[in-house]
Amino acid sequence: MPKIETDLLVIGGGATGVGVAWDAALRGFRTVLVEKRDLTHGTTGRYHGLLHSGGRYVVKDPHSAEECIRENRILRKTHAHCIEDTGGFFVVTPEDVNAYPDQFQAACKNLGIPCEEISLRAALQREPLMNPRAARVFVVPDGAADSFQATHSTAQAAQIAGAQILNYHEVVALIPAEGDPARVVGARVRDVARGEDVEIRAALTINAAGAWAGVIARTAGVTVNVIPGKGTMLAANHRLINTVLNRCKMPDDGDIIVPIHTVTVIGTTDEKVQDPEHLTIEPWEVELLLREGDKLIPGISQARFVRAWAGVRPLYQEHYAGASRDATRDFVVLDHAARDGVAGLLTIIGGKWTTFRLMAEKTVDKACEQLGARKPCSTAETPVPGVEHGHYWLGHRLREVEQNHLQSELVCECELVTRAMLENAARNNPTLTLDDLRRDVRLGMGPCQGGFCTYRAAGILHELQVQNSQSKIQDPNTWHVADLQSPARNAKLEIGNWKLGVGTPNLLLRDFLQERWKGLLPILWGRQLKQERLDELIYLALMNADHLPDEDAVSPMSDFYSRRGISTTADTEARDA
Amino acid sequence: MHTTSWHSVSMTLDECIKCNICTSYCPVAAVTDKFPGPKYAGPQAQRFRESGQITSPDVWVDYCSACRVCNEVCPSGVKIAEINARAKAQIVHERGIPLRNWFFGRNEILGRIGNLAPQIANLGFHNPVSRLMAEKILGVARHAPIPHWSTEGNFRAWFARREKLRAEKKVAYFHGCSTNYYEPAVGKAAVAVLEHLGYEVVLPPQNCCALPMLNNGEFPAAEKLFRSNLKKLAPYVDRGLPIVGTSTSCVLVLREEATEMLDLENAQTQALKAGMWDISEWLRERLEQGELPTDFRELQMVVPYHVSCQARAHRMGRPGLDVLMLIPGLDVREGNAKCCGLAGTYGYKAEKYDIAMQVGEDAFRFVRAQGEGVRYVTADSEICRWQLEHGTQKLGRHPVEILAAAYGLYDLDRRQLLAEMK
Ligand SMILES: Cc1cc2nc3c(=O)[nH]c(=O)nc-3n(C[C@H](O)[C@H](O)[C@H](O)COP(=O)(O)OP(=O)(O)OC[C@H]3O[C@@H](n4cnc5c(N)ncnc54)[C@H](O)[C@@H]3O)c2cc1C
Ligand code: SF4
Ligand code: SF4
Repeated sequence: MPKIETDLLVIGGGATGVGVAWDAALRGFRTVLVEKRDLTHGTTGRYHGLLHSGGRYVVKDPHSAEECIRENRILRKTHAHCIEDTGGFFVVTPEDVNAYPDQFQAACKNLGIPCEEISLRAALQREPLMNPRAARVFVVPDGAADSFQATHSTAQAAQIAGAQILNYHEVVALIPAEGDPARVVGARVRDVARGEDVEIRAALTINAAGAWAGVIARTAGVTVNVIPGKGTMLAANHRLINTVLNRCKMPDDGDIIVPIHTVTVIGTTDEKVQDPEHLTIEPWEVELLLREGDKLIPGISQARFVRAWAGVRPLYQEHYAGASRDATRDFVVLDHAARDGVAGLLTIIGGKWTTFRLMAEKTVDKACEQLGARKPCSTAETPVPGVEHGHYWLGHRLREVEQNHLQSELVCECELVTRAMLENAARNNPTLTLDDLRRDVRLGMGPCQGGFCTYRAAGILHELQVQNSQSKIQDPNTWHVADLQSPARNAKLEIGNWKLGVGTPNLLLRDFLQERWKGLLPILWGRQLKQERLDELIYLALMNADHLPDEDAVSPMSDFYSRRGISTTADTEARDA
Repeated sequence: MHTTSWHSVSMTLDECIKCNICTSYCPVAAVTDKFPGPKYAGPQAQRFRESGQITSPDVWVDYCSACRVCNEVCPSGVKIAEINARAKAQIVHERGIPLRNWFFGRNEILGRIGNLAPQIANLGFHNPVSRLMAEKILGVARHAPIPHWSTEGNFRAWFARREKLRAEKKVAYFHGCSTNYYEPAVGKAAVAVLEHLGYEVVLPPQNCCALPMLNNGEFPAAEKLFRSNLKKLAPYVDRGLPIVGTSTSCVLVLREEATEMLDLENAQTQALKAGMWDISEWLRERLEQGELPTDFRELQMVVPYHVSCQARAHRMGRPGLDVLMLIPGLDVREGNAKCCGLAGTYGYKAEKYDIAMQVGEDAFRFVRAQGEGVRYVTADSEICRWQLEHGTQKLGRHPVEILAAAYGLYDLDRRQLLAEMK
């Protein structure tokens, strides 16, 4: 079994784990991060997209709110290119006329969260589709944040600082020290792409596996009670608003609408679930989101929806048993030596995407205490690669495609992904599936949901694979993401081999279609149904995708994609019976 | 600028299923790579344009000719051409309107000025030197078929002078700027035909339909013109008078283009829509009601009929053809070219003239293929007739002129009413 020696082993390639690896590497720790799938495959890549101003928690959880506004200001500098400065409204809809808005306003003032009340007229001028019967509107510095890009950029920063980032590496079990079961000395890790085990020995292991943190801790005999709070979101086909809309009331289901990239996302629900791995979207959730969405944007329930997905909150509260909506959004660093008498292991859990940097800082502070202090934390002043491009704006891909005459280069027409963007993503980052490329460059995220790009992308990767076999393979563990989002800059990038290229084109195609299908089922009506009928004709009638050669080939992700992501009324009835 | 509502044409982008049918039909995208095609510039690009954006990300929509072929072939009902028009308007809103396009938008005023002294105006403008200067200074294509001012006075003046038929049955006539200032003959033929049917023709006050402004992205000014027409025509609509127009593109604007692009749908615009007719459409309706006289003379000739994209956009079939086919001896041949290329003011622009001519090539080829003996070509829109004249050297005539000739009322060659020639 190959062995790796390091100071810190970080488990989990979400925002938190990658943040920890970045911070740790900057402070001079030898750091290895393992993620069982692709980076952000967990909750981080399934979140709502809101860079919190803190407004949401200002009354209920002022401490979280304070952290949010502080981190909000920092991330706008360190991760500027991942953030769109949309601003946010807190809208007092007719239902929300009570004492809360005044409390909200006072609390914002108290915590130093900029909050300006504007006239309804001004609000409607900015957001014409917003509920015209709103009583009051407050403006706060919310933003929209791309967690794929932010995490990838942070990973690249970590790697530049010396960290090793290994995706498709799953922790099978933590390893106890020989003769000392109360000490963790690393983990046995499965390299799922190559099907071999690796032993990683570390002075300190940091469990940043989010909702899966309990599963990891258990392998060392430690109990961490994670409350997996599932949340479902729906994306409408285009931007109906350009400002984040929040209901001005105690946080509840379906009360935020976020414009992010080309879509408008309503969210979320919040339900305790048993297993973070098997998330199903229930019909009542979809109904609830549409109903609640109508209160902020009357008519949004009739819009075209292109996708539904669910993420699971890694909420943690010692000895807590209530509803998951009421669990604190605070994070904690668990020192298992002090807490459980198991040395060599920390768990970082809870929090929000917005606070990932702070969570990492606190975690690495704790590591410093245990391993001997290194440099102080510098992440708040260290911009990640890509930041030079400035804040995200919606039109940038369109402008670049037009100015550089790249329209004939488009692979994904909906999201304006050029062939060079796709190839560079596959060549510069470890890529196992087309879904990994989706997280890199937004392949297949538009209205046709992979209808027209899947076969093109599979073919292009096949060509890369053929080239791969003719030249030597590069180090598969480097990340280069700073320029991936830009049609213009990719046209000029230097390029290498496809990293981690294993699947056959047929497998790539089947996997991606299955993956897209999962998120389509819950919203399959109206215009999206029409789209899917066309996609079905393309793949099943024209390409016979159900009966391609190598029918039995599977990738490490095939099983996950083919699990049902929706529970039907029939399922519910069967369960209740 | 224009705010969004659920009724905005831009919302129809959600109907797009990406099938690319529009792309393969767009006559402009077929001949130039300056324009990426309807799907790319329309529903696709629209997802990258915020309603309140500070700068427009793309300017290639400027190359959309607004021919609406894409709308017609889209199986999903995406209003692509209108999405493009609104994107253009946004660009104009941000950057202002180029002087040339400002002039194009005000062709009614040009018409009126030239009308004061048409001979001088024609001489002054229609000579190679001034056309060259217009191209160099303004960017008005030097060879494009700009019409000549009518030298026999404008249509309204003629109408006011003449003795009218008084009758129980009445019909209102919308002539549009081109008939009034450049081709009064079309209006005369129309009036003669309508009276031949036993209708009294009334002439509502009216102004430019705003098409040139809509095409050039001048939405606020276009809205003023449209509202003004709405007000002027309302009394006629209220009285239940049908309003017929000889310029099929003006009729289209008044019926639906303006309301859709400007997001102005209301009861009044609905009523106008119901009351407006393309003249051929109205004549076909008379035919179907058994009210169309069939005392035709024989016209022994072949006439190529180019279906204007604006006429297609009405979704009313081919009424011009239906009516002309009644004429004994007349061999009307329907072409299937998508667009003549000129498309409103598009082909008059120096940078687009070549594109317009290439687009028109299909139509020109069709006309040429009908034989050397062909003297006249017909189309419902004046723009197409001028472009066909320019591209084929045949004489362009409105279907109603041919009809008037067949009723023995009109000299097709000299474009005069026979009654006035004596
Ligand atoms: C519905 C919803 C909406 C949200 N919206 C927002 C929002 O708008 N704004 C905001 O700031 N926050 C939001 N959050 C919270 C935020 O998304 C999370 O707090 C944050 O993403 C958690 O990141 P993480 O890295 O801790 O967890 P994760 O992203 O889940 O990362 C954990 C990783 O560990 C990996 N892993 C698991 N087991 C193993 C193993 N055995 N070996 C190796 N790796 C393993 C997983 O694959 C996963 O990638 C939302 C959360 C939810 C659920
Ligand atoms: S209106 Fe005509 S030119 Fe414009 S996109 Fe449609 S088909 Fe092409
Ligand atoms: S024809 Fe209609 S549905 Fe098809 S791509 Fe064009 S706009 Fe979309």
